[in-house]
Amino acid sequence: MAKMVAPATATKARRELERAVVRFAGDSGDGMQLTGEQFTTESAWAGNDIATLPNFPAEIRAPAGTLFGVSSFQLQFGSQRVYTPGDRLDCLVAMNPAALKVHLADLKPGGLLIVNTAAYDKRNLDKAGYAANPLDDAALAERYRLHKVDMTGLTLEAQKDLPLNAKEKDRTKNFFALGLVSWIYTRPLEPTLDWIGKKFAKSKDVAEANTRVLKAGHAFGETAEIFSEHYTIEAAEMPPGLYRAMTGNRALAWGLLAAAERSQLPIVYGAYPITPASSILEELAMHKRFRIRTIQAEDEIAAVTAAIGASFGGAIGVTGSSGPGIALKGEGIGLAVMAELPLVIFNIQRGGPSTGLPTKTEQADLMQALYGRNSESPIVVIAPATPGDCFYIAYEAVRIAAKYMVPVMVLSDGFLANGSEPWLIPDPSTLPATNVEFRSEQEGFFPYLRDPATLARPWVRPGTPGLEHRIGGIEKQDVTGNISYDPENHDHMVRTRAEKVRRVAQEIPPTSINGAATGDLLVVGWGSTYGSITAAVERAQADGKSVASIHLRHLNPLPPDLGHILREYRKVLVPEINSGQLVRMLRAEYLVDAVGFNRVRGLPLMSDEIYEAINQLIGERQ
Amino acid sequence: MSSLGTGAGAAAAPKYTKKDFESDQDVRWCPGCGDYAILSAIQKSMPDLGVPRENIVFISGIGCSSRFPYYMNTYGFHTIHGRAPAIATGLRLARPDVKVFLVTGDGDGLSIGGNHMLHILRRNVDVTILLFNNRIYGLTKGQYSPTSELGKVTKSTPMGSADRPINPLAFALGCGATFVARTVDRNIPHMDAMLKRAALHKGTAFLEILQNCPVYNEGAWNVVYEKESKLQFELRLEHGKPLLFGPPDDRRAVIMDGVVPTVVKAKDVPESALWVHDEKNVNAAKLIADLFAPDFPVPIGVLSAIEGPVYEDVLLEQERRAISDRGPGEIAKLLTSGDTWKI
Repeated sequence: MAKMVAPATATKARRELERAVVRFAGDSGDGMQLTGEQFTTESAWAGNDIATLPNFPAEIRAPAGTLFGVSSFQLQFGSQRVYTPGDRLDCLVAMNPAALKVHLADLKPGGLLIVNTAAYDKRNLDKAGYAANPLDDAALAERYRLHKVDMTGLTLEAQKDLPLNAKEKDRTKNFFALGLVSWIYTRPLEPTLDWIGKKFAKSKDVAEANTRVLKAGHAFGETAEIFSEHYTIEAAEMPPGLYRAMTGNRALAWGLLAAAERSQLPIVYGAYPITPASSILEELAMHKRFRIRTIQAEDEIAAVTAAIGASFGGAIGVTGSSGPGIALKGEGIGLAVMAELPLVIFNIQRGGPSTGLPTKTEQADLMQALYGRNSESPIVVIAPATPGDCFYIAYEAVRIAAKYMVPVMVLSDGFLANGSEPWLIPDPSTLPATNVEFRSEQEGFFPYLRDPATLARPWVRPGTPGLEHRIGGIEKQDVTGNISYDPENHDHMVRTRAEKVRRVAQEIPPTSINGAATGDLLVVGWGSTYGSITAAVERAQADGKSVASIHLRHLNPLPPDLGHILREYRKVLVPEINSGQLVRMLRAEYLVDAVGFNRVRGLPLMSDEIYEAINQLIGERQ
Repeated sequence: MSSLGTGAGAAAAPKYTKKDFESDQDVRWCPGCGDYAILSAIQKSMPDLGVPRENIVFISGIGCSSRFPYYMNTYGFHTIHGRAPAIATGLRLARPDVKVFLVTGDGDGLSIGGNHMLHILRRNVDVTILLFNNRIYGLTKGQYSPTSELGKVTKSTPMGSADRPINPLAFALGCGATFVARTVDRNIPHMDAMLKRAALHKGTAFLEILQNCPVYNEGAWNVVYEKESKLQFELRLEHGKPLLFGPPDDRRAVIMDGVVPTVVKAKDVPESALWVHDEKNVNAAKLIADLFAPDFPVPIGVLSAIEGPVYEDVLLEQERRAISDRGPGEIAKLLTSGDTWKI
């Protein structure tokens, strides 16, 4: 991409920063998600590395001005590798008093605080629970670099001769904020101007309004006396290649498309709408050309069983949901274990139990994934580390499920699902092959005859002459597949199903260690905490600490080299967004005295707090 | 009859006999169970479908009836309680070239799987559903079912059940089923005819089979079993024929009195006042579905047979159109589409 430069702004001092953390916060109706997404695109154009954190209420149209109706979008962008959306904010845009109240505590002292003064009226102050206008408190301006801007007034002024009603005009004020913050951080406006042109191609006045307001915000930064300086962030050193912004859910969907193309098999995706998994169904429904067949099922149980029916028919059956839906799918997953059919299950974890925090993130379904079914019901469990990694993990899930005739659960979460990162586009031909062979040979056929290497039984498509057979949920004799209540056979089958899952360890590459192969402390993570952990560990390493980290993609079976690696460090720290699930597995499996770091707030872990936990654990005496 | 012609292999369907559809498994229903007669009738009807054996799949849930697939020498999947309709839906979407039968019971299909039954019927997935209705839970040893009569005394309802029964035919019609019929396990020729009609229907065919459980609910359908009451109450539905029933010397007719079905002596009404059965008239079928002894006859036969869009046909046509309009998907192109930038 050609270097994009914002309109000339030579008159004010420009300071170079290595990274910055910005959060746009406002009412649900203020368009903060769109503002954040556009700012992300601008930063991607500027060549920065990026991590984002959208955060919105579960209510679709929460009452305006309330604390629980606040919606925000945070991103960190930098000229170095960016692992997380950032802990503390360099800049907070608070479009109303409720947004200020909810988010101010996260702003660094001395940070930029930009408010829309027009929204700080008595009504909104009351709704946010402010007895007096906090903007009048001198302490606020002392503690932060407070910029009071009448965004509403300036927005209306910029479009005063346009034939739009007051409400339509007011609605564009988020682009004033976007223009202003784009000026502050020297972001190119082109991608947003392009977006406006495409989005509002059919309504010229609305396009004109948004364009003018965006530019007005930008010009305001340039000309208003209140901003004395602004910033640049150099392009990051990233591996060369073609990039795109990628969210976790889209990456999961596209990973399935890649698997459908490579395997030459149709994929049937059964799902019931549930936050934060629904966008996978919506994305897949757009790509019928890939022979992806989506069923919006009547419930979670139908979603998983339709997928199993498809697998029985010789397609790849996939279902996706979040924790409460996974609970309902439990019996169906057990059927796939018993029938030994391929099945891929996406669990986009969210805060729980029960309905919990539908729009917030959590990692507390690990035990559910491993043990959340009746009896001995082992399945393969894998987890992506970043939004872009979801592409590879979905592809891998299909490959393993088909090769081993086994259910594979993917543990993503709300943070990965909605978060995005600049993603180096892979060459799909470099993905490992998924060669599915259906049995058609009649000689010597039995439904539960096993491949010696994988223990997989043959996959036979109905329609294959001479191989008519019956399978089901009742225990069966190994090899013949006939119903069997024989005690020894059952014991043998329980072990065989477990061993089949264990053999997936053959697929796991050597664990990559971030740091020295031996030392004082090893930090072990899985899933979406990759960024927070890596940033904390690299900071501690820069301090000279003897710390390393590993991040597990395979949770069942665990990597074969894990036991050995754990013993090469004096201490083991396991940060998780749950009350200690992987740490229990590691302690039970390897008899190591691993220590958990656990916060369950519905938010990603902060890199700062992991850094502190590292220091604390290293500082402790043996 | 015309053959079903499912799949490319249909033309090559060999000449089968009943024996070709018998599996090597021992049949394990109780002696005297109505399921034996149904199994035999289905095995016997299979050669007439004109479908190669390998293109036939039997799907079932849980319950006595759901053991059925093990006894058919076709492809079969004995799944979990109530979920067979969803399994069958996924299978049809993956494999529109195979003929799918679904075997279920009153508990499996109308209680634990009631929701899935509703949705397969409204979607009109091309599946032939055989619901064995014995008005009792047999496999769990004798609790009342959703079709048991109010006040039914069973192990779980020692003082009588408190829930009113559901009528499978009325349920199916209410769900928008495009084919609804009823037959009786002890009427082999009628069952044979109904099985064929159901199997040949395009879309979801719902066939209720009144079935006797000699162990836990003996005689539940005596009204259509015993010679005398059968003569009095059985109403054979035939397209284009009036709703007439009863012995030759006492023929009676069901007619419409306003919007209320009423039984009258046949000889007392002019021919023009008779209710002529029309399988295409779903509203009339909904009234017929509710007729039952002793105030009315017991209708058997095809209540309703209409055409409707088939779920998987619609979806697969969308897929074909998407591919013919824009070509098959290519992941390499998709990955580099839209906003990208070079570093």
